[in-house]
Amino acid sequence: MSIPADLKYTASHEWVKTNADGTVTVGITHHAQDLLGDMVFVENPVVGRTLAAGEECAVVESVKAASDVYAPIAGEVVAANADVEASPEAINQDAYAAWMFKLKPANSADVAGLLDAAAYQALVESEAH
Amino acid sequence: MLKQTPLNAAHRAMGAKMVDFGGWDMPVNYGSQIEEHHQVRNDVGMFDVCHMLVVDVQGDDVRGFLRGLVANNVDKLTVSGKALYSCMLNPEGGVIDDLIIYFMTEDWFRIVVNAGTADKDVAWMQKQAAGRALTVSPRRDLAMIAVQGPNARAKVWEAIPGAQAVSEAMKPFNAVAFQQYFIARTGYTGEDGFEIMLPVAEAETMWQRLASLGVKPIGLGARDTLRLEAGMNLYGQDMDETTNPLECGLAWTIDLKSERDFIGKSALQSRDIDLQLVGLVLLDKGVLRAHQAVNTKHGAGEITSGTFSPTLQQSIALARIPLGIAPGAEVEVTVRDKQLKAKVVSYPFARNGKSLIS
Repeated sequence: MSIPADLKYTASHEWVKTNADGTVTVGITHHAQDLLGDMVFVENPVVGRTLAAGEECAVVESVKAASDVYAPIAGEVVAANADVEASPEAINQDAYAAWMFKLKPANSADVAGLLDAAAYQALVESEAH
Repeated sequence: MLKQTPLNAAHRAMGAKMVDFGGWDMPVNYGSQIEEHHQVRNDVGMFDVCHMLVVDVQGDDVRGFLRGLVANNVDKLTVSGKALYSCMLNPEGGVIDDLIIYFMTEDWFRIVVNAGTADKDVAWMQKQAAGRALTVSPRRDLAMIAVQGPNARAKVWEAIPGAQAVSEAMKPFNAVAFQQYFIARTGYTGEDGFEIMLPVAEAETMWQRLASLGVKPIGLGARDTLRLEAGMNLYGQDMDETTNPLECGLAWTIDLKSERDFIGKSALQSRDIDLQLVGLVLLDKGVLRAHQAVNTKHGAGEITSGTFSPTLQQSIALARIPLGIAPGAEVEVTVRDKQLKAKVVSYPFARNGKSLIS
């Protein structure tokens, strides 16, 4: 599956989309779900929580393993996707549609410092070897 | 360099995701491990278990040798082909491995041991056999394919002409040597089926023949959820050389009643039993995992195996906890920063396609 060019990425396999209202949407990448396998549990951060960049803030669990999800940038949680908590397998079906939570960035310029699609692609390929 | 089974290329061609499993390059799944799990519970699937080792013990008084070597009593094996599950203990009573012994004739017993312990097991057996007129022979020339599920036997009968006549009347936990095959009605899933041993050179042909008959390949991921639902211990996880088998839910396999002496017996008789292996069903949301702490009113315990059960659609675990906590009791499990509620249950959790937990 190709890596969407319009998103930003982290080295810990989160994707980040900038919304028109200035918030950002966060999920885990197709590559991350592929490594984990069948998803069975998602725990999102509570709305209102303030996160530092890189802070552990959510958990995804597959049959095989649990994996932490990290805040890509600093900000306040303004939404959490209850649908994906109810149906974790949605992440396997389409990781870029099954978003997890939205942040109001502490500093909107922080998004620019994340990986672009080409850099993330290179990271995934380097991990495969 | 990872070790490869004779089916390695076949797994890759079937789209398997391969992982390092105790030094072996093995398929963890071929897509969805949950679908593979249901495939076995509802229909039929096949597993590459060539990494496990067949060991033949042949010669004089093999029975006498095994009486002293393993904790279960081989004198229960009176009919040719009958199988026995047993632990092999060290002198301290710890578990070197768990294994299946097939009695064929008085001068031939066949043993199947775990992959990760195979070298250690053979060395231990050969050491104990010193001075006896018998041989302990690892059989890396044999491959092993497990075909499991309610339709498993019918598929094997289609794949091996003549197999039905020799194995249809055979009861579970029995085996028959037939042509170049060894067909055992055993497995690690809680479903009916066969484990087939055959020459390595024929393994891929048999695998492809089964696939052409509609038998789906199943990876190690589903193998683990199937065995855990079936309440079967996994060596290295639920027990090892440091654990007392009487605290691992294996008392039914330890024969302390007969006069017979065996390695580890006196140690077991002098050790206190403080813990028990129980089943847990998680009542809260989340997934139980090995090594999570279990808090009971009689003290702390630990999960030894935990997963999400595709059959029950909730998380289950095996846990070693203090004695005196009975099925029905509620306990707490520490999962990250939370205390989650779980119920103690008798296991197995599921067998023959159905949940056993009400």
